[in-house]
Amino acid sequence: MRYIPNTEADCRKMLDAIGVQSVEDLFADIPAAVRLKRPLRIPPALSEVDLTKHLRTLAGRNADADRYVSFLGAGCYNHFSPAIIGHLISRGEFLTAYTPYQPEISQGTLQATYEYQTLICQLTGMDVSNASMYEGASATAEAILMAHRVTGRNEVVVARSVHPEYRQVTRTYARQIDLTFHEVGFTPAGTVDLKHAKSALTDRAACLVVQNPNFFGTVEDLAELAEAAQAVGALLVVAVAEPVSLGLLKPPGECGTDIVAGEGQGLGVPMSYGGPYLGFFATQEKYIRQLPGRLVGATEDREGRVGYVLTLATREQHIRREKATSNICTSEALIALIATIYMEALGKNGLREVALQNLRKAAYARERLAKGKGCAIRFSGPTFNEFVVQVKKRPADVLKGLLTKQILGGLELARFYPELKDCLLLCVTEQNSREEIDALAKAMGGGR
Amino acid sequence: MSQQTVGTRGLQFNEPLIFEQGSPGRVGYSLPATDVPEKKPDRLIPKKLLRDDIPGFPEVSEVDVIRHFTRMSQWNYGIDLGMYPLGSCTMKYNPRLNEDMARLPGFARAHPYQPEAVSQGALQLLFELEQYLAEICGMDRVSLQPSAGAHGELTGIMLIRAYHTSKGNPRKKILIPDSAHGTNPASSAVCGYQVVPVKSGPRGVVEPAAVADVMDEEVAGIMVTNPNTLGIFEDYIVGIAKIVHGKGGQVYCDGANLNAFVGIARPGDMGVDVIQLNVHKTFSTPHGGGGPGAGPVALKRHLAPFMPVPTVEMKGNRFALNYDLPKSVGKVRSFYGSFGVLLRAYTYIRTLGPTGLRRAAEVAVINANYIMSQLKGIYHLPYDRFCKHECVLDDAIQVQDNVKTLDIAKRLMDYGFHPPTIYFPLIVHGALMIEPTETESKETLDEFIAAMKAIAREARENGDLVRNAPHNPRVGRMDETKAARQPNLRWRPKMPPQ
Repeated sequence: MRYIPNTEADCRKMLDAIGVQSVEDLFADIPAAVRLKRPLRIPPALSEVDLTKHLRTLAGRNADADRYVSFLGAGCYNHFSPAIIGHLISRGEFLTAYTPYQPEISQGTLQATYEYQTLICQLTGMDVSNASMYEGASATAEAILMAHRVTGRNEVVVARSVHPEYRQVTRTYARQIDLTFHEVGFTPAGTVDLKHAKSALTDRAACLVVQNPNFFGTVEDLAELAEAAQAVGALLVVAVAEPVSLGLLKPPGECGTDIVAGEGQGLGVPMSYGGPYLGFFATQEKYIRQLPGRLVGATEDREGRVGYVLTLATREQHIRREKATSNICTSEALIALIATIYMEALGKNGLREVALQNLRKAAYARERLAKGKGCAIRFSGPTFNEFVVQVKKRPADVLKGLLTKQILGGLELARFYPELKDCLLLCVTEQNSREEIDALAKAMGGGR
Repeated sequence: MSQQTVGTRGLQFNEPLIFEQGSPGRVGYSLPATDVPEKKPDRLIPKKLLRDDIPGFPEVSEVDVIRHFTRMSQWNYGIDLGMYPLGSCTMKYNPRLNEDMARLPGFARAHPYQPEAVSQGALQLLFELEQYLAEICGMDRVSLQPSAGAHGELTGIMLIRAYHTSKGNPRKKILIPDSAHGTNPASSAVCGYQVVPVKSGPRGVVEPAAVADVMDEEVAGIMVTNPNTLGIFEDYIVGIAKIVHGKGGQVYCDGANLNAFVGIARPGDMGVDVIQLNVHKTFSTPHGGGGPGAGPVALKRHLAPFMPVPTVEMKGNRFALNYDLPKSVGKVRSFYGSFGVLLRAYTYIRTLGPTGLRRAAEVAVINANYIMSQLKGIYHLPYDRFCKHECVLDDAIQVQDNVKTLDIAKRLMDYGFHPPTIYFPLIVHGALMIEPTETESKETLDEFIAAMKAIAREARENGDLVRNAPHNPRVGRMDETKAARQPNLRWRPKMPPQ
């Protein structure tokens, strides 16, 4: 076995040194009654050659964004990722290290994480970011738990225009400690119904949770939502599922947001059929001690050399145990590294340029589709790189027709919104050419 | 230190923060020209909702970025460089084949919402992985959704809570041995349970009487790590499970240490109802500097109605996602789990097969006992009995010369090793928790043993050398108090940017 260096002879020498007859003696403490008396019933070992063939066959049974033209978004985005990322994260010093418990020999991970925290703060306009969490939905759930800790209140007001899966996950978490949920609808513009939100917000509300751009791709006015939440002493939690939008949109931190929780996949992370992704989490200075997750801070060694360490660990489970701010132990360091390299390589001009291309291409697609007889734009509000189209034919049939042309034509909204059962959510990114958009529009009965 | 010592000094570079590099207009990306009308953004989105700039964001070239991260990588220790005996973390070799397979476009470039008809390869992989993990654990079903070990624990406790709730009472308490990982009580607390500690006995294991004393009908279940954090197999597990089941409770096994007995015994055969697996430990997926992991939860049939959605099922000759579980705890994360990590675990299992998996467990246990046998007497061994995949020593002998566990750990770096887990488990004062894994050769173990012996000698003869360690890394011991008292968690410009 190529991953196990020690041979039978090596093991024999070691067993002699230990002073036992056989390896069986080392397992004598496992009661005989519960020993497995047969080999595991899993397939026999495959050689590297055979296994590669097998996995290539499986991979070949999936659609992928190289072979298909994709207009799918909805929390997972088909963005371009520079070649250097794959090379840098493959370095064994990053890939095969663990959590930087020993700072003297972990400065690479630690400095990169400090840069990640800084970039997330710059991008969101917030004061402080943690070192990353699992993914967008559970990060949003952690934001609600934090708002509950900060305010001591037990009600949560959530916009229905927040990603349905984020809402499902936050409910799963909140149910464990009996938080009450109120959902707030959306306007014909596709934005949060502010009047409804104001009536749902009372002095029992811990937070108002909105997404920006929201699940329908519509851009919200966060400032007025922050004002509504804070008028009753609740926090404003903003979920961001598409971080590339922050290259153009006013950062939540400049709109009075208390907590930003989001999905970092858009920052150069492969779609990978849903994971692993990157939850980002940022808040204001005053809430530092309530922040869940790992934090890296700058300090110095005995000789005054600058370095970085994991810090404020007294919030964390390995010290606080059941009183910790979260049970999270592993974060998503390598995925955060992808996002860090992505943000640094694109930089301030590149991220803006990508965001602009997304905005313009989606606007072009929206216009094309609006002109046709086969579909209409469902919401009137401004959108970033996603929008909702209402189709005349059954949405499932529209998607089937597109699939025969190797086009992944968006998400059917019926599965999450019965009232939008004749609608599709489409996403257009910098990866989609004008030609592809024209082909989509033509196939969907869009105009020209 | 002798000439043979692995650790040495090499040429390394100082590398400032990226924010202190670059110049305006420098670029590290390449995008195609826009092929649609170039409308001004404020014609599409109201100006008040837009930003003009991302203050402080870098402007560097591709070469700058490559050097920046390559230089920083040199400041890290990784398994690729040497032995990383971090107890309970299972730092085994991360096979590169797994990385290549995860990057096949059919996996890496697949969208989670693409139709099932064109996702059959991914679904088949998940379906088969569930079967393998269920067989390895002796359980009936596995949810592949949780993102990491602690997330798996949380999901497992949610399952237990949902099970009790369906019987009319969620109950109030969870029993947790004093040797448990800190995530166990934290995960229980997130589910609203009160934690009742159970003391380990003199043999380093939980004894049935201690459980019987605190077990009642308000206890939802017990969380047992097996082998426990002393690296010792909880040999009363079957009896403990009977006591807990007798009062209607559930048995949760923290499977972080499953790598000690894969193919030799199965938690499901010991009375365990639910267990999480840390695939970044047992199944070799890379730790990546602290994630991503994956923490599948394996469970017995009676808990299956409560599994998170979706599950992967076979319908006729097609694989399909199933959301139709009315009693489900709900969703615990978006989409279907850390697919890319799970596929690395799949690749690992298919590479080793049943014989290789069992051999990995055996050699991991031989390696740990070998280290223990060679260091016993030189370092104090608080529980003198065979261990499983890791052994726990302490600094009781060295403190007589005023050398502590932290000093020993730091000095190991100079010899070219990552330190073991230290000061854990909490029940051993000054613990050094050593887990070599099966992927270290006897020669490497001998070098490690020699280094530990040399440090013990230095502790007696030249204590300052050890107390001031490490000497070889580019920085010395960090002022952690300063970091916590004056938190500096992000770079800020000295002058506000233009």
